[in-house]
Amino acid sequence: MNFLLTHAPILIIALPLLGAFLTPLISRLHPKMRNIFVLTILIFTGFLTMLLTRDVLANGIRVYVLGAAPSTLTVPTGSIMPVRIILETDALSVLMAMISVSLAFVSALYSSKFMENRTGLDKYYTLLLLLLAGMLGMELTGDLFNLFVFLEITSISGCALVAFYTDRGESAEAAFKYMLIGTVGALFVLFAVALLYGEYDALNIGYLASKIQYSFLDKIALVLLVGAFAMKAGSVPMHMWKPDAYGEAPASVVIMLVTSSLASLYALLRVCFTLYGNVLNTAVVGWIIIVLGVLSIFVGVTMALVQNKFSRLIGYTAVAEIGYMLLGVGVGLASLTNGSIEDYGLKAVQGGLFHIMNDALDLGLLFLVAGAVFYSTGKSDLNKLGGLAHNMKYTTIFFMIGLAAVSGLPPMNGFASKLIIYETSYQLEPLGPILSIIAILSSILMLAVFVKVFHSAFLGPKLKEYENVKDAPRSMLIAMGILAVFIIIFGLFPDTVINTIIKPAANALIDYQGYIDKIMGGV
Amino acid sequence: MFGKLSNMDFHVISQQKPFWLLSLGTLETTAGYWNAVVFVIAFVVIALVVYIIRAFGEKTYKKGSEQTKPFLSGNPEPEKEKVHVRADNLFWGFTEALKDYYTPAVRGHTGIVNDYVYWFVIVLAGLFIIIGVGT
Amino acid sequence: MIQHFPFIAVVILIGLGIYACMFKRNLIKIVIGVSLIESGVNLFLITLGYVKGGVAPIYTNAPGTNMVLPTPQALTLTSIVIGLATTALMLSFAVLIYKHYSSIDAKTRRLKG
Repeated sequence: MNFLLTHAPILIIALPLLGAFLTPLISRLHPKMRNIFVLTILIFTGFLTMLLTRDVLANGIRVYVLGAAPSTLTVPTGSIMPVRIILETDALSVLMAMISVSLAFVSALYSSKFMENRTGLDKYYTLLLLLLAGMLGMELTGDLFNLFVFLEITSISGCALVAFYTDRGESAEAAFKYMLIGTVGALFVLFAVALLYGEYDALNIGYLASKIQYSFLDKIALVLLVGAFAMKAGSVPMHMWKPDAYGEAPASVVIMLVTSSLASLYALLRVCFTLYGNVLNTAVVGWIIIVLGVLSIFVGVTMALVQNKFSRLIGYTAVAEIGYMLLGVGVGLASLTNGSIEDYGLKAVQGGLFHIMNDALDLGLLFLVAGAVFYSTGKSDLNKLGGLAHNMKYTTIFFMIGLAAVSGLPPMNGFASKLIIYETSYQLEPLGPILSIIAILSSILMLAVFVKVFHSAFLGPKLKEYENVKDAPRSMLIAMGILAVFIIIFGLFPDTVINTIIKPAANALIDYQGYIDKIMGGV
Repeated sequence: MFGKLSNMDFHVISQQKPFWLLSLGTLETTAGYWNAVVFVIAFVVIALVVYIIRAFGEKTYKKGSEQTKPFLSGNPEPEKEKVHVRADNLFWGFTEALKDYYTPAVRGHTGIVNDYVYWFVIVLAGLFIIIGVGT
Repeated sequence: MIQHFPFIAVVILIGLGIYACMFKRNLIKIVIGVSLIESGVNLFLITLGYVKGGVAPIYTNAPGTNMVLPTPQALTLTSIVIGLATTALMLSFAVLIYKHYSSIDAKTRRLKG
């Protein structure tokens, strides 16, 4: 157990990677063996993540140096700077890792029935595990170039999965668009990493954070990093790939894509709060993030109202939900001065991080319901659906839970995190109430959007062509049920969740000095 | 260094609660608090009252006769496909009233991949002007 | 002045790449634009490691002078391999689009609004 714990950071990344490369071999035996193998790998990764989470929440940041004899030897004797690739896991990293692994497990469970009649499934599961490995690498690493490499792994696997339905031209088009904008963004990230390397001769985030000054080249690197990661997270006005990609990918892939956008959002937070923590002009950058967030909320929700395809509509609301997270975190960043944060700023960061977790669950459930409808009826055009609640009872109930959660209706978890974001953004000094008003009104519009979907697809008289649709198969219902149960539990007991996981994560995010000290070891 | 809730507020709130169990689900935001368990209990109580009031309604009716069919001022009922309002027609009033916003917005989402890169470069240029040159 | 030539080349390459991505309608030309941006960034990485009068960072039979920094060369190798993978994937998507739409013009798209 101690061995597992010491090497947990690298094992969490290596296990899905190994599983990804073994999956084509094992799928030659029997399809069921491949499904069981994938689920086993995911269960082991989840177990390791929970072990790491328990240790990090009890003992603080855990550091892992790849290739050093005691695996915490960051700065060897006789050296003034850290060498080797270092994985640094603080409370925020393990929060994101828990979200990624849980959603990957739900996705694998769902796809065992959803993708049953397709060919090429060995490549599908390989790419799914690679996507998970890439996301976990992005979330656990403490090294900028490592972040770039895992960002590209995530991007490539995600795009290949978007184009999975190769019999439709629209999937290839969506995948091309996603790949193009993802690659251009990642190349700009590499350019910024090269700039920082050229200035300070280091790639380690902790070391760079201690040495960084706010010179002109550093500002260029900040602009490139913030722009590229905000684009990968899907904020307006660079959001247009999101409805395309989320609308055309298979439903079980989309929840992994949602989680990969959240991993890019995590990288944005890491850059703004930790890498530039010492020198950032928090008022300017904080307000930029707030403006991006509010624009995303408004444009995302209003464009969702006029869509007619199920998954594309939920893709636009995913853009809006990223806006809420950016708003919460931006309010926290804007109220941060000289390392001490206002009362409402800390609560806003907690609200933003809680919303990351809630949004992954809510949107995951909605996309899985869209997939179940597509599986049963073969259609995803809202103009042609209707009256499905007569036959698909459980799916309707799950959709109602997802509707209440994502539009912020009590007592679901969406309401708890959105309430924190409304109340804290109201208290920001200039123009705070306007942000809060836009957020609340957009929340009401989001309820309108999902009531539109609910009426078109589920309510109404029983139509002739849908006489014989059956409800979704049991494994798909179990996958949706897991998410629904978590939504209800997080909604009924939000303070337990916040005190256990979110408060340490917010404190770890704001405390960049602790991040640096763990690397430099008191040198 | 980090902001905290002042201890006095928390003390006052917890003194006012009759059962410690109810402080289990209470979330304190900086401007108030929210408890989902109390909400659910209140919802159940109100639903019970609604059900009791509904039980005083008319119980005797004949199923399947004229009493349960929809009444459309004596007109014949159209077939089900035509009755269901489709997604294109929902919220038409809202979309039509905000035509000045929606027409440029929907046209701006062209779907051409060059525009995606164009918006990205515009945002980078804007950020550079604000962060790099401005402050 | 001559020591600035690689950086000027980097700016020109990245500028041409972004121009190709923003204004060219043919999908293959857009992929070539991405390849140009990638070449520019790789050139930038290599140039950062230059030490004046340095030789290749190989220890066997090394002359005693300074060596150029080896880390950017390792980063560039990784980046070239990633660029290969992304270019191959984008080109295969372009082939799929041609199979279904019979044209590789960026204006013939069906996902809009």
